[in-house]
Amino acid sequence: MSFITSHNLKKAYDVIVVGSGAGGGQTAYALTMEGMQVLVLEAGRAFDTASEVAMFQLPSQAPLRGVSTPDKQYGFHDCSINSGWEIPGEPYTNAGKEPANQFRWWRQRMMGGRTNHWGRIALRNGPYDFKPHTRFGAGFDWPIGYEDIAPYYDKVEMLIGVFGTNEGLENSPDSSPGVLLAAPKLRVGELYAQRHGAKAGASVKSIHRAVLTQPQDADTVPIKLHPGNAKAQRILAEHMRMRSPCFWATDCHRGCSIRANYDSQTVHLLPALATGNLDVLPNAMAREVTLNNEGRATGITFIDKTSGKEAHATGRVVVLAAGSQESVRLLLNSKSNLFPNGLANSSGKVGRYITDSVSSSLGAHIPAFEGMPIHNEDGAGGPHAYVPWTMHQQNRKGEFGFPGGYHLEFTSGRQMPSLTTLSGIDTFAGRGEIVFGHQLKEDARRFYGCSLGFGAQGTMLPNDDTFSELDPETRDQWGIPVLRFHWKWSEFELNQVRHQQQHIRELLEAMGGRVKSAVETDVFKSMKPGGSIIHEVGGAIMGAKAATSVTNEWSQTWDVKNLFLADGAPFASTADKNPTLTIMALAWRMADRLMDEMKKGNI
Amino acid sequence: MDRRVAIQWMLTATAALSLPRTDASGAPERNSLGTAKGYGSDPSMVKVYKSGDVWPLTFSESQRRTAIVLCDVIIPPDKASPSASAVGVHDFIDEWISSPYPAQAGDRVLILEGLLWLDGEADRRFKKPYADLSLEEAVLVCRDISNASVAKSEMKKAAQFFKRYRDLTAGGYYTTPEGMKAIGYVGNTPSRTFDGPPLDALRHVGLA
Repeated sequence: MSFITSHNLKKAYDVIVVGSGAGGGQTAYALTMEGMQVLVLEAGRAFDTASEVAMFQLPSQAPLRGVSTPDKQYGFHDCSINSGWEIPGEPYTNAGKEPANQFRWWRQRMMGGRTNHWGRIALRNGPYDFKPHTRFGAGFDWPIGYEDIAPYYDKVEMLIGVFGTNEGLENSPDSSPGVLLAAPKLRVGELYAQRHGAKAGASVKSIHRAVLTQPQDADTVPIKLHPGNAKAQRILAEHMRMRSPCFWATDCHRGCSIRANYDSQTVHLLPALATGNLDVLPNAMAREVTLNNEGRATGITFIDKTSGKEAHATGRVVVLAAGSQESVRLLLNSKSNLFPNGLANSSGKVGRYITDSVSSSLGAHIPAFEGMPIHNEDGAGGPHAYVPWTMHQQNRKGEFGFPGGYHLEFTSGRQMPSLTTLSGIDTFAGRGEIVFGHQLKEDARRFYGCSLGFGAQGTMLPNDDTFSELDPETRDQWGIPVLRFHWKWSEFELNQVRHQQQHIRELLEAMGGRVKSAVETDVFKSMKPGGSIIHEVGGAIMGAKAATSVTNEWSQTWDVKNLFLADGAPFASTADKNPTLTIMALAWRMADRLMDEMKKGNI
Repeated sequence: MDRRVAIQWMLTATAALSLPRTDASGAPERNSLGTAKGYGSDPSMVKVYKSGDVWPLTFSESQRRTAIVLCDVIIPPDKASPSASAVGVHDFIDEWISSPYPAQAGDRVLILEGLLWLDGEADRRFKKPYADLSLEEAVLVCRDISNASVAKSEMKKAAQFFKRYRDLTAGGYYTTPEGMKAIGYVGNTPSRTFDGPPLDALRHVGLA
């Protein structure tokens, strides 16, 4: 893929997009297919998904057997470079001192952003998720409902390719007929949980993930997605045919050189570039949104990281898709006479109402799996099943002490061994000693693949004590002020985690599992710190009123007509679903609105 | 642990860390910890790395010989699969304890001390270095520090060392192609279809 440098920027673009991940990629795709001239700025370097991803490499071929280090914080072969919770020269701070008040912020500085190592779990928000205040009397209703976004969920799923089944579940919506690709068969552990989990009230279903289990229908999908646009249809069809379906091996977190799973370069940026309407500039660290005297955005000032020099790109419209908190930071750092407290911040709500998936996990040893006949469980490089939230009636008004719910994700199976594969082996047979010699080899064969666990991810509604702001002192290596986070869990989240732990334990025990840890009475020890799930959203929430929100229902800022957001920042709350699919659906919807407004001359 | 043993541990730890890494052949000093660097935040992920490729290793020749024997006490060869040292697990452990990252620093101390302890123990009981023991003798030394009752005795630290060395040996072994075969991992190979679990696997758990 050929990208530009800051020396050959065009004089002006129709739209400048900051960020190349799910939101930025989807925005660039939707706009360029309709003929808009677009520039995408990415803070990280160019990355070649065909030649740089390590799909088949073994842990023994990596330093330290591939375990995580400060340089590669998700492990050596994870598809992330120059990324992490801590990045040298790019700090952030936490206002609170207590562990429960810490926020961890993952930044992925590479082309395609976090989509490179995304788990590809692609669940739709349901109708309740957009109206938490109506249903639970807490949080804010979004200014849109499920019906507004449903057509865009269909479109995104057809474009990126999502497998799964329609189950008719309450608040975990079906896709339109013909949209989903065939779901893969479930693994032994997933089937076993399906059979025995019912006793604990858990209903195991096929999950939805952005992995091709079959070739995409390049003959009909492009026509459905781009009616009347022959060029767009041709380009999309060509790019769909360049993707291979999954070959049932290798972990999706490592990336996919055969293009079987979605990442934003493969699925969004490549076809967008083929239109001839897109420039992509890597190594461009956005610093500020520039304004004219009328209070309209005029472009982006950025640091060209290859030279360390500042440069400017000009556009009629600016879309921020830098990752919710990075977009917040850009707004807060874009101060002017018109917006002394940061751009689009007349409400004072920029940085407010950050939410994240509420998460905890628990694992067990399942004796029934011991001595399992050897077979290959790699499958689609990630889970095939999950436990959706189904206790809606029991929790109609928040009777559990928390609004919403959570879904459970599996870790199971005969996965590629890692350095810690035999963890716990001394306890399984009750030998009471450190096993070694021939006994160790025998036990290893017997107990391998017997671990099964669940990670919960649930609803979080915004609260007044969880937000980000500019740190008055700390700056990054380019002198740009950094974010300071304030994080506080409410009783809702604590109650939810208690419920998660109890429910998972019952589920594992229903499978005959020996749970690996004792009941934890300190809820803060069970729950994952804020940010850990990398689902942080909010900070520039959408709403029905300019006084209490940053954007309208189109992710268009109330204050600056030609400034939009296309990442998780406009989310008014976190659902019990992963945010990425919704980010893409909202981005596409936003892009359609943006073009409409431009055609009407409103922008 | 009484005070005498505690002091002995402390001294051996200091010795292990400060001993010049010059082996009998007069090879130059290796791995000056503190100057070694990691692989950085943008390494080639597709490259195949070997121990010693990214940072220099630590073991002297005699430490290496002890490490090899201990690896094979933990994972001996059998008809179906090779020993740990046959697939270079001792080199991995050397790489691990030579790591410039903070998470491995504690293991460096624990393992270098532990190897020294093994030699001391072998000398006390058999008047030989650990690497020169017969297999039965080498196993016997480990047997005595693998028992749960050791956890409270003065050999507690030796047991901690053995547990950690065992974990690294097992993890190091089962992440190699030979180890994966031995444990029964048969994935990482492309296939046209995914057929789900075979009938005998379903029967095994009562699902068919």
